[in-house]
Amino acid sequence: MKSTRIHQLALTAGMATLALLFGSLQCQAQYIPTSGTGSALSIPQAQLIQPDALNHLLQTKGTEKPLLLQVGSHLLFDEAHIPGSVYAGAGSQPTGLQQLQSTVATLSKKKAIVLYCGCCPWNRCPNLGPAFKQLHDMGFTNVKVLYLADNLGTDWVAKGYPVERSH
Amino acid sequence: MRLFALRWFALTVLFLAVCHTASVAQSAFATATLVHKKAPEFVRPDLEHKRLDLKTYRGKVVLLNFWATWCAPCQVEMPTFVAWQNKYGQHGLQVIGISMDDDPALARGASDKLKLNYPVAMGDVKLGDLYGGVLGLPMTFLIDRHGKIQAKYQGETDLDKMEIHLQSVLSSR
Repeated sequence: MKSTRIHQLALTAGMATLALLFGSLQCQAQYIPTSGTGSALSIPQAQLIQPDALNHLLQTKGTEKPLLLQVGSHLLFDEAHIPGSVYAGAGSQPTGLQQLQSTVATLSKKKAIVLYCGCCPWNRCPNLGPAFKQLHDMGFTNVKVLYLADNLGTDWVAKGYPVERSH
Repeated sequence: MRLFALRWFALTVLFLAVCHTASVAQSAFATATLVHKKAPEFVRPDLEHKRLDLKTYRGKVVLLNFWATWCAPCQVEMPTFVAWQNKYGQHGLQVIGISMDDDPALARGASDKLKLNYPVAMGDVKLGDLYGGVLGLPMTFLIDRHGKIQAKYQGETDLDKMEIHLQSVLSSR
């Protein structure tokens, strides 16, 4: 009887450990930018930040957090966005770039800013290239762009990184 | 004593596993699969202000395509969907577009430009949630004649493979 219970407990612990390990492995997938043409590809590699690095930065206590600006679809922002981020207008639209300009107008040019979109595959994103150029032209010197290979759902949300919703 | 320690170890590990799973589930709306499940029903006015009710298409094969004007891969595949509506409409295909644009005027403009021959409705957060979170486009669901989702396509998709799957679903009753 006692032996059976020990086996049951050991089995439960084993299954739980496997669940933990499997979950951890799922969250460690890496994405590497590919070459090609497209507006987001005009952003220098040195200015990119990977999802795991940004998540680590945001979770690390005591570090200065960058200003997170979503420059894609407002509807997708409402569905899910990185906690603390601000919707700053679609970079592909003139009105969106105006909104971005006014969002950062009063900030120091040295302010750490991270742009992200995640509307569609990286090499097809119409928003990040113009938004990055806008900030560069305005003189911002500490701008990074979150590299989301496929989209926000696949490369951020599905990895279990934190999100919040507007509604 | 050994049994007591093992019990606590098991409970602790189980608790950690549940916590970890919960943290992933916190955002699981984007990963939960709907394939082989009943397609969530919805009713919306389309761009022509006509009532678009998914369940009225029961008996047809539905290609439900989430798109937006800012989504380049969407623009690439939509002419193919127009061609498929022409080619397979008589065999029971109904393409339905859901625009995830913020402004309906943009969707109307694109619909005219691309000469869409199928109904298009505007999407929102609620509809996105129903379909597991539309957090990246394009996203397309292939729904069989019984209202069950047979496939989900996300991102740039091999349209040849999608057509083969579509033909297969069209041929089953």
